[in-house]
Amino acid sequence: MSEMIAHLQLGFGVALSLQNIALAFAGCLVGTLIGVLPGVGPIATIAMLLPITFGLDPVGALIMLAGIYYGAQYGGSTTAILVNIPGEATAVVTTLDGHQMAKQGRAGVALGTAALGSFFAGCVATLIIAALGAPLTKLALLFGPAEYFSLMVMGLCFAVVLARGSILKAFCMIMLGLLLSTIGTDLETGQERMTFGFPPLSDGIDFAVLAMGVFGFAEVLRNLENPETRDVVRAKIGRLLPDWNDIKQSFLPVVRGTAIGGILGILPGNGAVLGPFASYTIEKKIAKDPSRFGRGAIEGVAGPESANNAGAQTAFIPLLTLGIPPNAVMALMVGAMTIHGIIPGPQVMTKNPELFWGMIASMWIGNLMLLIINLPLVGVWVKLLQVPYRLMFPAILIFCCIGIYSVNNQPVDVAFTALFGLFGYILIKLGFEPAPMLLGFVLGKLMEEKLRQALIISRGSFMTFIERPISGGLLAVAVIILVVALLPSISQKRDEVFTE
Amino acid sequence: MKKLVLSLATTVALALTGSAQAQSKYPEKPITMIVPFAAGGPTDIIARIVGENMSKTLGQQVVIENVAGAGGTTGITRALTATPDGYTIAMGHLGTFSAAPATYPGLKYDPINGMQPIGLAGGTPILIVARKNFEPKDLKEFVAYVKTNTDKVNEAHAGVGSVSWTTCTLLKGQLGVPKLNAVAYRGTGPALNDLVSGQIDFMCDQIVSVAEQVKADTIKAYAIASTERSPALPNVPTTKEAGLPEYQIEAWNGIAAPKGTPKEVVDRLVDALDKALKDEGVKKRLLDLGTVMPSAEERTPAGFGALIKRDADKLSPTLAAAPK
Repeated sequence: MSEMIAHLQLGFGVALSLQNIALAFAGCLVGTLIGVLPGVGPIATIAMLLPITFGLDPVGALIMLAGIYYGAQYGGSTTAILVNIPGEATAVVTTLDGHQMAKQGRAGVALGTAALGSFFAGCVATLIIAALGAPLTKLALLFGPAEYFSLMVMGLCFAVVLARGSILKAFCMIMLGLLLSTIGTDLETGQERMTFGFPPLSDGIDFAVLAMGVFGFAEVLRNLENPETRDVVRAKIGRLLPDWNDIKQSFLPVVRGTAIGGILGILPGNGAVLGPFASYTIEKKIAKDPSRFGRGAIEGVAGPESANNAGAQTAFIPLLTLGIPPNAVMALMVGAMTIHGIIPGPQVMTKNPELFWGMIASMWIGNLMLLIINLPLVGVWVKLLQVPYRLMFPAILIFCCIGIYSVNNQPVDVAFTALFGLFGYILIKLGFEPAPMLLGFVLGKLMEEKLRQALIISRGSFMTFIERPISGGLLAVAVIILVVALLPSISQKRDEVFTE
Repeated sequence: MKKLVLSLATTVALALTGSAQAQSKYPEKPITMIVPFAAGGPTDIIARIVGENMSKTLGQQVVIENVAGAGGTTGITRALTATPDGYTIAMGHLGTFSAAPATYPGLKYDPINGMQPIGLAGGTPILIVARKNFEPKDLKEFVAYVKTNTDKVNEAHAGVGSVSWTTCTLLKGQLGVPKLNAVAYRGTGPALNDLVSGQIDFMCDQIVSVAEQVKADTIKAYAIASTERSPALPNVPTTKEAGLPEYQIEAWNGIAAPKGTPKEVVDRLVDALDKALKDEGVKKRLLDLGTVMPSAEERTPAGFGALIKRDADKLSPTLAAAPK
């Protein structure tokens, strides 16, 4: 314990230098802004800002880049709540209840809850990294392909529970998402699948392209059709901050979300994407009145938002302690560290303690700054809803296009997004929810990869998923979830509750 | 006579100013260097370090544009089909320039005859690494073990067309076990994770990705596939020392331009690359990454072109025959 305090002292000593505070602030501010802009994600931004950090010392550069990353998590929820566009895979769930809250004139409360929940999660996650970072890396190493596959199966079972409306339609959307994820080059053989010989499809469909299309563009199309629905949002902006009642309602979801997101964030292969989904599912399951979910339940914002922020931060654990990046943003951080002459590996903690502890301390400072940046801005963001459609829609479309283009620098991606926009509009018209499809898409790629890896290693034996204790346990949980969701008596109740 | 001297002098003067003008003309605007992989990867890092210094020599910014996709062939295709004016160049590697023709049958560019090489930026040694508790103790035991346990051993790579796949396919071809169990990952990071945790047995990868893990003893290295040991890992023997001399391969990165780029433009780029590699700051950063600095010969278009052809000849037969 005293050791940890000594380490944190060292860390705060580094992070509280004037230069590093300024860099953390700059990172958080840029992160918030790009998070708010739909489509422009942290990956593109960090890649673009990498050259600017050449002149800085490594600690300062990484503090700033990390600030961009978790700042974007804060900002991303703003767009999800206000305009129903998830900037990142982790913000998909926030659209479900967050945007409903905005429609009911509670946009300020939703944003405030998201910011406060994220702050709490960020603080706890910082402590977790400081206290348990090293031992927790073992968790990342316990997860091989088989365990990971079972975790994804569990995630898909969550998706069924996640659904609003008909369970059959939700199931179809998950399957569609899984199918879309199989487009592209086969990982094992290098053969192209379902690309029709069309080169831009050879690497599959990018998540941003699909999400911006079915959420962003489609939302704009739908709003053009009936502008009156949004006039309601414009008419009453309501309170800006959560009151005592809201806080009481969201406190436990925040705690649970932090715990779930924090644990899943450590896992390799972008386990963090599951955090918000898992948190939402649990909140919905244990709620006294699950029918409120999808119609503006504050727990549905508080839990997932805390989960995604906790996950965003614990994702640094495998990078800082093992030197292995768990997701694309962390891979970019590896590049940033390498460019600055620090090659990530298991020895970073002992060889560069000022970097390791400085970054951890700066995360806490960054979270405080984000709260300070975001709370006063809640009013400004909410006012955005009053911007007339004729100005707001073109702006959203332009930012989406810039964001999509910046992902791969490929013009064809923008065209694809437009296509998915039309597709998303048709889905909305037919009463299909796009969220389960996105989850199926995100999990599909990982699931296929892990399934095949596990089977190759086990020489084709499916027993490997049951024989390995963690994998078996996860599958058991998945079965329990499915049984609970499908048991006749419960299912009847479910139908009453879910079919509108 | 006087007239003649005068006119000669004028001609010479004109010619001089003419060539001086041609030289000062390029570059007039920023140069785009396409890196066909995601930002932060080994090729991207080398491109950024070298590109930053080349900007100083050229007097124009060298802008890195990451165009990832299809094992790097998407970005290289875009660079090599651009107008050959020196404003679009590419940083490719062993995979995109030497291995791609054999790996991707429908490739839209020809790195041997349809490209203007500029020069090699750096070589990255390849290591054969294994999980910490894998039975074989050294390279000789490893070779024997792999040959007799083909049904038990698992190899990891970062996807068909990647450096780890290319170099390991060559190794398996040379050992006569081309069908050895191969587990594909999306990128070196997740593959390394499973190697550290012992899910898989071995892989071949660039020194920059694995050196820190070897130093920390979370994985072990059998040999380095270069002619000399690396200062980054002085205890790891070369394949020559360890008993597999024919396995020699390096994952180099180098710059190329579209075919038809004017000679004076090529010369300017070659000169800028050479100056960058002679800069002490650049040199130190590259050496810290475990990079082998290119020889004077390899820094020229002819030398780099020869290297591309040599490795293509070495890799093509095994890659074309590899089970995909």
